[in-house]
Amino acid sequence: MTATAPTITPQSPDPHASLRRKPRLGERLTELALRTVALTSIAAIVLILAFIAREALPVFAGGTVGESGTSFDLLASERLADGTEQFLWRPVSQPPTYNIVPLVVGSLKVTLVALFIAAPLGIAAAIYVSELAGKKQRELIKPTIELLAGVPSVVIGFFALIVLTTWVQQVFGTEHRLNALTAGIGLALAVCPVIFTISEDALQAVPHTYRTAALALGSDRVQMIVRVVVPAALPGILASLVLGFGRAIGETMIVLLASGNAAIVSGSVGVSTRTITATIAQELGEVVVGSDHYHVLFALGTVLFASTFVLNFAGERVIHGLRKKLGTA
Amino acid sequence: MLTRRSLLFTAAFALLCHCTQSSPTTNEGISGRANKGKLTIKGSDTMVILGQRWAEAYAKVDTLAVVQVNGGGTGTGIAALINGSTDICQASRSMSDKEREELLAKRGVPAVETTVALDALAVFVNDKNPLQEISLPALARLYTGEVSDWQQVGGPTHGVVLYGRENSSGTHGYFKERVLGGKDFAASTQTLAGTSAVANAVNGDEFGIGYGGIAYLEGIRALRIRKDDASPAVAPSLASVQDGSYPVGRFLYFYTAGDPSSDIKRFIDWVQGPDGQKVIGDVGYYPLPKGRRL
Repeated sequence: MTATAPTITPQSPDPHASLRRKPRLGERLTELALRTVALTSIAAIVLILAFIAREALPVFAGGTVGESGTSFDLLASERLADGTEQFLWRPVSQPPTYNIVPLVVGSLKVTLVALFIAAPLGIAAAIYVSELAGKKQRELIKPTIELLAGVPSVVIGFFALIVLTTWVQQVFGTEHRLNALTAGIGLALAVCPVIFTISEDALQAVPHTYRTAALALGSDRVQMIVRVVVPAALPGILASLVLGFGRAIGETMIVLLASGNAAIVSGSVGVSTRTITATIAQELGEVVVGSDHYHVLFALGTVLFASTFVLNFAGERVIHGLRKKLGTA
Repeated sequence: MLTRRSLLFTAAFALLCHCTQSSPTTNEGISGRANKGKLTIKGSDTMVILGQRWAEAYAKVDTLAVVQVNGGGTGTGIAALINGSTDICQASRSMSDKEREELLAKRGVPAVETTVALDALAVFVNDKNPLQEISLPALARLYTGEVSDWQQVGGPTHGVVLYGRENSSGTHGYFKERVLGGKDFAASTQTLAGTSAVANAVNGDEFGIGYGGIAYLEGIRALRIRKDDASPAVAPSLASVQDGSYPVGRFLYFYTAGDPSSDIKRFIDWVQGPDGQKVIGDVGYYPLPKGRRL
């Protein structure tokens, strides 16, 4: 994920040929064991995906809701008596409506708020720590920010619920006490260290020669950072944003506690929101296994998984292309 | 980077964890008791503190018994009872016919219901809200989203912020059934995990309204409830719940799969007895009227 220094091209086909010898049995066994462990984790991911997809299948493959005979429509809107269209997530209603629009909107809203706060903070901190801070400051700031990544999300969520809510409502005058903004700020605390750590690594990986060359050509430090170092580290910085997005959209506990969980479709960040993750967490505990509601919750999981997968994949491609262009691949 | 030594340590630690974990979990069984010598209770978040107090007090009476109490919501507890992962399910609503059938189908035994305490479903507002009483129909209009301003139910001129419970909650089920008449909650109802979270939200929100067990009234005020617009407003109290004049009083239940085994029965009898009933008052709920005790 991070930008790496240009590799030295090997002179001979195998520079370590003289060190080669037949591996001992112990080494071979160790290698085999490690390979098995690595493959196990891959197998686990594939199996989890297969399980989730299997449970969600009735929703996507033309299954019907209960005995009504109508197929699942996760995007259908409902026309109210007063003529306005509404998207409703009402899984325990009679009859139930499974409309995921409010949940998708909620997840995206909270995630964007979190990135909007965490990205500038994380990247600016990374630039400062990597390029400007002295050794002592660096040794203090870097571990402190990274420590934030170790705070359990339930603790951040509780902090958001008890402390942030009152503060946010007083400062911004939000309509609801628990809202997307509060949850987003809490989420930013969890996402910031991710963005910081990866961006900082990317900046560190920019070859020192770039900096000395820039300084030798007469640029000052700010010019060096803005025109040379940051552009060279851009693929890594973008990668940090992609990973930060994935962390934010998949986070459950913070949004569950601090967002109020009302499934409202609204552009405002001052009202309560219900995210995909919080919905799964709140409702999966009591659904009857094999029911429509159960399958729809797994469909939600699939949507979540697919969206992060596609984003990671697309991000990877963009970053790879950028690296090639910059010659840091 | 992991050095070889730290790898070794990790491996040794993992091995150690594995060894210590594997031994005590072997005697778990699906049928009968979930675990011998230990009694597990799961379910209603409304009752979780009550259950814990019972467990503490019972430990002094029966020193051999270990009672383990978990929350998660009535729906979660009933699911656990059906799956056989709990001995007793605490419930703040009665089990539905569908759930009883499922238990019978899966475990081959009927659900056995024991009433253990009384609760007033309190409807509470912030201390700053001048509203003192509300009728059930007005409450239903608020929570279904038919009206959205406090003024329309006799309060100040300001939008109402609705707080409620998630749908695995028995309190949610009871409220939907008893107050909303089975209709849906408004989409703008914020669903929080646990009555204490609802109480906390209303405590911080001048225009909020919430509902939940009577034991959670810290910094908030319970409204007097009218059954309909013509009947008198009644405040939740021991007397009004016991004589049935408070319109949203309810029983709190224990459910077991089939008749309880002897040591579970002993615990339930103790809960219904004078010592167990005394604990209820300390937590903030109401003891059973004399006639309902077995």
